Amino acid sequence: MRLERRAHAPLHLVLLAPLAAICAALLLAAGLIAAAGVNPLGAYGEMLRGALGSRLSITEMLTRATPLIFTGLAAAVAFRAKLWNIGGEGQFFAGALITAWIGHTLAAPGWLGVPVLLLAGMAAGALLLAGPAYLRLRFGVDEVVTTLLLNFIVVLFVGLMIEGPLRDPLAFGWPQSVPVDSSFRLPDLIPRTRLHVGLLIGVAAAGLVWLVLARTVFGAETRAAGLNARAAAFAGISLPRTLMGVALLSGALAGLAGSVEVLGVTAGVTTTMSPGFGYAGIVVAMLAALHPAGVVAAAIFVATVFVGADAMSRATGVPSFIADVIVALCLLTMIVALLFTTYRVRR
Amino acid sequence: MTEAMDLLLNTSLWAAVLRIATPLIFGVLGALLCERAGVLNLGIEGIMTMGAMTGWLAVFLGAPLWVGLLVAALCGAAMGLVHAILTVPLGLSQHVSGLGITLFASALAYYLYRLIVEVGDLPPTIEPFRALEIPLLSDLPLLGPVLFSQAMPTYIALFAVAVMAYVLARTPLGLAIRMTGENPHAVEAQGLNPFRIRIGAVVAGSALMAVGGSFLTMVAFDSFFPGMVQGRGWICIALVVFASWRPGKALLGALLFAFFDAYQLRLQTVVEGVPYQLFLMAPYILSIVALILVARRAEVPAALMTPYRRGER
Repeated sequence: MRLERRAHAPLHLVLLAPLAAICAALLLAAGLIAAAGVNPLGAYGEMLRGALGSRLSITEMLTRATPLIFTGLAAAVAFRAKLWNIGGEGQFFAGALITAWIGHTLAAPGWLGVPVLLLAGMAAGALLLAGPAYLRLRFGVDEVVTTLLLNFIVVLFVGLMIEGPLRDPLAFGWPQSVPVDSSFRLPDLIPRTRLHVGLLIGVAAAGLVWLVLARTVFGAETRAAGLNARAAAFAGISLPRTLMGVALLSGALAGLAGSVEVLGVTAGVTTTMSPGFGYAGIVVAMLAALHPAGVVAAAIFVATVFVGADAMSRATGVPSFIADVIVALCLLTMIVALLFTTYRVRR
Repeated sequence: MTEAMDLLLNTSLWAAVLRIATPLIFGVLGALLCERAGVLNLGIEGIMTMGAMTGWLAVFLGAPLWVGLLVAALCGAAMGLVHAILTVPLGLSQHVSGLGITLFASALAYYLYRLIVEVGDLPPTIEPFRALEIPLLSDLPLLGPVLFSQAMPTYIALFAVAVMAYVLARTPLGLAIRMTGENPHAVEAQGLNPFRIRIGAVVAGSALMAVGGSFLTMVAFDSFFPGMVQGRGWICIALVVFASWRPGKALLGALLFAFFDAYQLRLQTVVEGVPYQLFLMAPYILSIVALILVARRAEVPAALMTPYRRGER
């Protein structure tokens, strides 16, 4: 018995892989829920009800999914080119900080200000990843470690800013930045809920990234660089240029996540505004098999787990960390499932 | 300025250096062992969290401190085994698998902690390892308090550096491990099994990482809380590169890093008008600078991050 590489991954297997991975992860997590003395089926039922049971909970879930779409796209774009951007969390905060900063002082009408702020957030994220990408290309410094360490640096910097120059004097000592001007807030998608048009921006971004990856020279170069860097270079693709382009795009997407979250939900920046959106984005990207369309679906799944777990925790007493366990298990089971799409077992 | 200099002459600073360095020494040795065999283990951050929680939990539930260390090591080894299975026989991406292990191990540690331990207003505590005054030597001026009044795990860490250096450089086992990291095909040709060597190295390395994590809850503090590893695992990954994959240099790197960490903590109290976040950032910035400095002459194990498959070149 041995593994043999498939020439093409059949579509039904590619679609089946994330479903199988999710089932396996839920099955493994069921053991942990049972250990808490709770019936896993009942617990999962509570989760579904908590995330999808009412109009309000669905909008909450979609609000949670919005930043995950952006960070998922950021990871997908980078991982396709084997640029290991683990700094989504830092880029998220960079985008959020710059948006709140400029958005508080900018004097402009909303139709002009919002695009400016979104672009500023993208630029901040892109620049933050351009550094590690440059260090890799120029000095051969592994970008995994540098992007990871930058996450800590950026969050500390955010802390510094919101306790110093950007402190909100009206927040009663709560460490929070000044809010963006109310004319820049993204309009609600459904009135009287937190769901905002950022979701549509996210879906549009996914479509755009798909188009860029599938239909442009840059997209083809990205894929070639990821599949076989040496062959790509031999074919005349400039690896430094391609990787830098990927870094700018990936960083911009993660920065946009922070920007949209500020304009759509929080108005100001806090160091606790992200429950790990950057890291969860990696899981989203893997569950989507790095495909932009899959990212939207995977983001909705991960958001369902997180929002549902909070409700389930309130109802059954199972610690809400079970959501993080399920999401992490999904990542591990997904990479195993993907193995079956690229290899087949031969006797 | 003189106050900043005075801090350097304080023995408590130098004793703290060794204490802060200990979890890093364990972590960096573990990461080094995995990478010398050719497997990058980004699970380190989660494995350290797992070790911190399980070691503490065992003692909290009534086990002696030593059993706590053992429990931490075994739980770390179990996580390492998952990473090893995914990356060695299955040959999956070491980056993605490692990150998955980190996410999984920390989430599982937090989940089990919340499930088993009743947390009130204050996290429950244990009786941690106490400093072990070595007779006579601990009475030496300067050297005594710094070198000979540490907790037992610190001495074990220093001993482990010597053992690791000896095993890697001077024993057939070490040669086999290093060869697996450089050229697994040659290992196979020698009649050894590169799969087994890699799995063994990752499992043992992960156990070391977990012991490093357990130092945080069983010596440095006496309780566990989410987020307490704070990137120490990632810093260990950086230190391995800084140390050119050599145990002796790894010890040096960990001590250097711990010195800056201990010094910035004390500087915060004497330097005024500088936000404390800048001091806290310094260790992370320093790690990046160190990586840039050594990147040019890094002697990376040739087969690092390359999965080995029989009959494939």
